[in-house]
Amino acid sequence: MAEEILTRIKDKFSKKALKVFEKSPRRIYIDFDSKDIPEVVTFLFRDLGGRLATASGIDTRKNIEILYHFSFDSSGTIISLRTLIDRENPEIESITPLIKGAEWIEREIHELLGVNFRNHPNLKRLLLSEDWPEGKYPLRRE
Amino acid sequence: MAKTIIPVGPYHPLQEEPEFFKLLVEGEKVLELEIELGYNHRGIEKIAESKSYDQVIFLVERVCGICSTSHPIASVNALEDLADIKAPERALYIRSIIGELERLHSHLLWLGLAGHFIGYNTVWMWAWRYREPVLDIFERVTGNRQHYAMMKVGGVRRDIESDDIPEIWKMVDGLLPVIDMFKGAVIDDPVIHARLKGVGILTKEDVFEYGALGPTARASGVAIDVRKDDPYAAYPLVDWQVITQEEGDVFAKAVVRILEMYESIKIIKGCLDKLKAVGGEIDAKVKEIPPGEGIGHHEAPRGEVFHYVRSDGSNRPVRYKIRAPSYMNVPTNQKSVVGGTVSDATITLAAVDPCYCCTERVAVVDRKTGKKGLTGQDLIKLSQEKTLRIKRHIGMMKE
Amino acid sequence: MDLKTKALTKSIWVFHFAAASCNNCDIEILDAMTPKFDLERFGMLKVGSIRHADVMLVTGAISHKAAVRLKRLYEQAAKPCLVVAVGCCACSMCIFRDSYNMAGPFDRLVPVHAYIPGCPPKPEAIIMGVVKLVKALKKG
Repeated sequence: MAEEILTRIKDKFSKKALKVFEKSPRRIYIDFDSKDIPEVVTFLFRDLGGRLATASGIDTRKNIEILYHFSFDSSGTIISLRTLIDRENPEIESITPLIKGAEWIEREIHELLGVNFRNHPNLKRLLLSEDWPEGKYPLRRE
Repeated sequence: MAKTIIPVGPYHPLQEEPEFFKLLVEGEKVLELEIELGYNHRGIEKIAESKSYDQVIFLVERVCGICSTSHPIASVNALEDLADIKAPERALYIRSIIGELERLHSHLLWLGLAGHFIGYNTVWMWAWRYREPVLDIFERVTGNRQHYAMMKVGGVRRDIESDDIPEIWKMVDGLLPVIDMFKGAVIDDPVIHARLKGVGILTKEDVFEYGALGPTARASGVAIDVRKDDPYAAYPLVDWQVITQEEGDVFAKAVVRILEMYESIKIIKGCLDKLKAVGGEIDAKVKEIPPGEGIGHHEAPRGEVFHYVRSDGSNRPVRYKIRAPSYMNVPTNQKSVVGGTVSDATITLAAVDPCYCCTERVAVVDRKTGKKGLTGQDLIKLSQEKTLRIKRHIGMMKE
Repeated sequence: MDLKTKALTKSIWVFHFAAASCNNCDIEILDAMTPKFDLERFGMLKVGSIRHADVMLVTGAISHKAAVRLKRLYEQAAKPCLVVAVGCCACSMCIFRDSYNMAGPFDRLVPVHAYIPGCPPKPEAIIMGVVKLVKALKKG
């Protein structure tokens, strides 16, 4: 089951997948360029029936890294799409128009890491208070 | 008709954590729901980066008090995935027993609160009374009523002694007639049918769209359960079933939780049986966590808890991401509450398991201009006029 | 003992303020009200509005967003209103004191009259804390 999903992703995105890393049979990490993310997410969510478990944003000091964790429950596999974006001007296409459940996830990454999600329908603060200073992001490493 | 905003929270007479709901209503009907979070934001992910891996387990235990072993289990799953560690078999059984005992007390807690929300306080008091024996067992086995501190990377911290096993057995046996009683009092009660059936329906499609989890998803006919899908601990080693219902309404959610308690008891009994035969170590004695990344999840009483951890080989995580089930479940209220009535909103909001109620302040908004049409003084005047009208109507006051 | 204190120490009505807590203290407070410990038999009641309360129970560390509400609620309370910090987080912030979103321990924001430590404190401890508070009030 897990192999079948991986094969389908590899077939479809043979050119676009930058790197495939199988940590274990059920934990797979695939690197993509940030501009391909909406297309890949649509394929995983609509065609393969994956469930968006969550997305993790990480400040690696060189880049901002975003991992979209998709869970394929029938086989217990978790496929994480990894993408690197520019740290100075972090911007990526929002996936909320594709998956409603991503709204809070992206809002949280936006306020904690300062990533700008293009075309997000409601990109405002989720957790921090109204008087939190602009431009200060708690999960950034300075 | 004027649209009205009913703010619910953030501080309301019910028990749970502060969250703010803004209901936009027209008459009785809910048109929009806005949810505001952040009162409870403690920045645990950031704190985790400054703690050693051993301390992180204690920290994530304090993410939630009711799921207080779910986060540690997910955390050890993530770290064991990262470092490729296998916990000894005895430790796996102990993990499952603790996890299922927690599910028992959490579902009883929810059942009580749900009873309270629909004005059935007897269920509340009973459910909380019968929850106590579970906490007493926790105190006996782990030393604390909540926050058990049982999990550890590569095993568990404490063994379940052989003389505790009959005690746990006796306690879960004692719970069976109680759950039978609740089944009778909730599932077979025509009043509860009338109150909860068809209320706050969440469709299968919405479950997929919002990524809903746990009993919220299972009550809509989506059979996702991490314990079966991606087995860990002792769940693949004992016999049990995933409970689903098709309707997706509040009643179905209650039924799923009640029936799940039977399965939890089945798992606990199965694990206790095996525990008698399986001896040996309870800890793999892990020395260090290598660089890399790991993902662990666990089926908490409310749904899947998801942890992602990245290590650079030092004794602290570089990034620790936690996603709790309510994070995905609460937004589904935008589907299940909208279109219903205000009186159903409280129980529907509570049905995903966080619990909210109470109206604090009301502001009337003119639909055309969007401005506040009535001040507090106007409301007082209106209410005085209404009282006069009623008095005239029932003949208490002569013209 | 003046009339005010006498009235205050009888049938204490409590309002529960959960700041950024993990729910455990909140659940234990409720536990103290439900049949096993049954504080309600002493006339102790959880009320929905701070305006009806004699005692405000505060739990959890306090986040920036909740701090504003805490101050506002305390101002609304009919005085004398006693504040009891339940649990380690409410007493000393504990593991959360280094967090970026914390507004400081409760006693920097509102006067706290009693501290009940524990993670979470058992219902017995909560009852004992309240008994001690009442005794102290009676002494004057």
